[in-house]
Amino acid sequence: MTKILIVAEHDNGKLKKYSAELASLAAGLIDGGGALAAIAIGDGAAAVAGELGKYGVTKLFVAEGSDLKRYSAEVYSKILCDLISSEAIDIALSTSSVMGRDMMARAAMIKGVGCAVDCIDLSFDGAVLIAKRPIFGGKVIANLKLTSQIQMATVRSNIYPLKIKSDVVAEVVKLSYSIGESRAVTRDVVCTDIGMKDISEADRIVAGGRGMGSKDGFNILKELADAIGGSVGASRSAVDAGYISHDHQVGQTGKTVNPSIYFACGISGAIQHLAGMRTSKIIVAINKDPEATIFSKADYGIVGDLFEIVPKLTESFRRLLSE
Amino acid sequence: MKIAVLMKQVPDSESRIKLSDDGRSVDESGIKWVMNPYDEYAVEEALRLKDRIGGEIVIVTAGPARAVDSMRQALAMGADRGIRIDCDPMNLDSYLTAKILADVCRDESFDIIFAGKQAIDDDCGQVHIGCAALLGWPHVTPIEKFELKDDNVTVRVTRAAAAGVKEIVESQLPIVLGCEKGLNEPRYASLPGIMKAKSKQIREIKANTLIGSESKRIDARTMQLAPERSSGRMIAGTADVAVAELIKILRDEMKII
Repeated sequence: MTKILIVAEHDNGKLKKYSAELASLAAGLIDGGGALAAIAIGDGAAAVAGELGKYGVTKLFVAEGSDLKRYSAEVYSKILCDLISSEAIDIALSTSSVMGRDMMARAAMIKGVGCAVDCIDLSFDGAVLIAKRPIFGGKVIANLKLTSQIQMATVRSNIYPLKIKSDVVAEVVKLSYSIGESRAVTRDVVCTDIGMKDISEADRIVAGGRGMGSKDGFNILKELADAIGGSVGASRSAVDAGYISHDHQVGQTGKTVNPSIYFACGISGAIQHLAGMRTSKIIVAINKDPEATIFSKADYGIVGDLFEIVPKLTESFRRLLSE
Repeated sequence: MKIAVLMKQVPDSESRIKLSDDGRSVDESGIKWVMNPYDEYAVEEALRLKDRIGGEIVIVTAGPARAVDSMRQALAMGADRGIRIDCDPMNLDSYLTAKILADVCRDESFDIIFAGKQAIDDDCGQVHIGCAALLGWPHVTPIEKFELKDDNVTVRVTRAAAAGVKEIVESQLPIVLGCEKGLNEPRYASLPGIMKAKSKQIREIKANTLIGSESKRIDARTMQLAPERSSGRMIAGTADVAVAELIKILRDEMKII
């Protein structure tokens, strides 16, 4: 019987949407046989049992001590490794979030196995997992076979649909864990952008480029993003010009996003930018330059002054969504 | 202080990637090779550390002969010497790459290892973390700020977690640090630097002497080009007209909003 363990991430007990997606993916993999468990670490971890249960997780291992309040690669990966051993886990999965990638990479090495990173597809070939993952900034898709005894992978967010499977809350098992020797310690946590959702998780993104002209220029994008419940993104040029922080950068040296809709405002469409958003379902480009490369990649394009167009879009969306 | 920088040579981000007919390998003809952009931040941070407290910077690369060009670039920036693990013609996975790099680093007794947070060809970001695990060292990745305290053993870094959250992490050396954009502005190699680099030592080790009987953990089978996006529809008209049309499309046709 295949035993899958997923790493469930949460904000103080509120399950991340991508962790629910991961549960749905994993539940689909064991469909017809197998066991699906999850591990959640940190304050409020046990609270995600209900949500996870909906998506097919039957057991939730929880590590909630005060020494786990803050993330630590060494500690979290050790707890994960110990659980993989004690429960004889066959497959360990997490989202390819900043935390997921970090702890899974370390855990995989400790266990002496491979980990397929940022997978956009996972399926079984017999008992072995086959993964598809983007490489070369998304220009190429690689097909991999996970050949180790324990198979590990991190999966991209916003790809796998949520599938409600049951109404049974996952059984909560409190883990007795050991931190081991942890030398790197998080002393403080600073929130530089209050209320910001990580753009890699966002389903709707309004992004600005050099054309925004200034920090203030981004305000109209924030208003549009707010109107449609989305997040603000940026090109490298805008970040390098100091208009917005690197946390919002989309592209090869920024984040990879996968929203349903991506508004590219005043963005020329450099290859490196495309690398970060090429899988968006719909791309809408607004640019005053009719020759901008972005238009050759966008589903819809408007040539015009974004400072005129974006506020009008915002107004229209506000009206539409209040109906 | 003995400083290592793990460096990888990758295709320039503008490169159009062509695949072999069987989809098993990349057609290297026409590719412009560069130092992995994230590794530039690692080299620069190592240089700043050496500028401050002195020491030796060793560039450690697992790669084919052409990687020497990028290693020379790091040497030209100011690194002291290099070690290249020749992997040709093998295609190693993250596991084996981390293993051989860790073996070299262990022998050299480094105090600190800088690396880019990920390579822009395979986008895995696992090798430097695997090295840390194998060496039994802590690691912090991705970092946007680095500081070595006056005791020369305590390190204080800022880790970029998700959603604009920054973690201030402290550790004693030795440690592996994965460098993020924004950590610093990499310097350009000076002409004297480029000249000096030509005679700096690059030692070569064969990968199979380090791999021994170990095997890959991930079997890379075939690859295919990702579907290209093509241009769609241009929406004409005044701002009011275009906006109205776009809204209509997004609502009615796409049912997106």
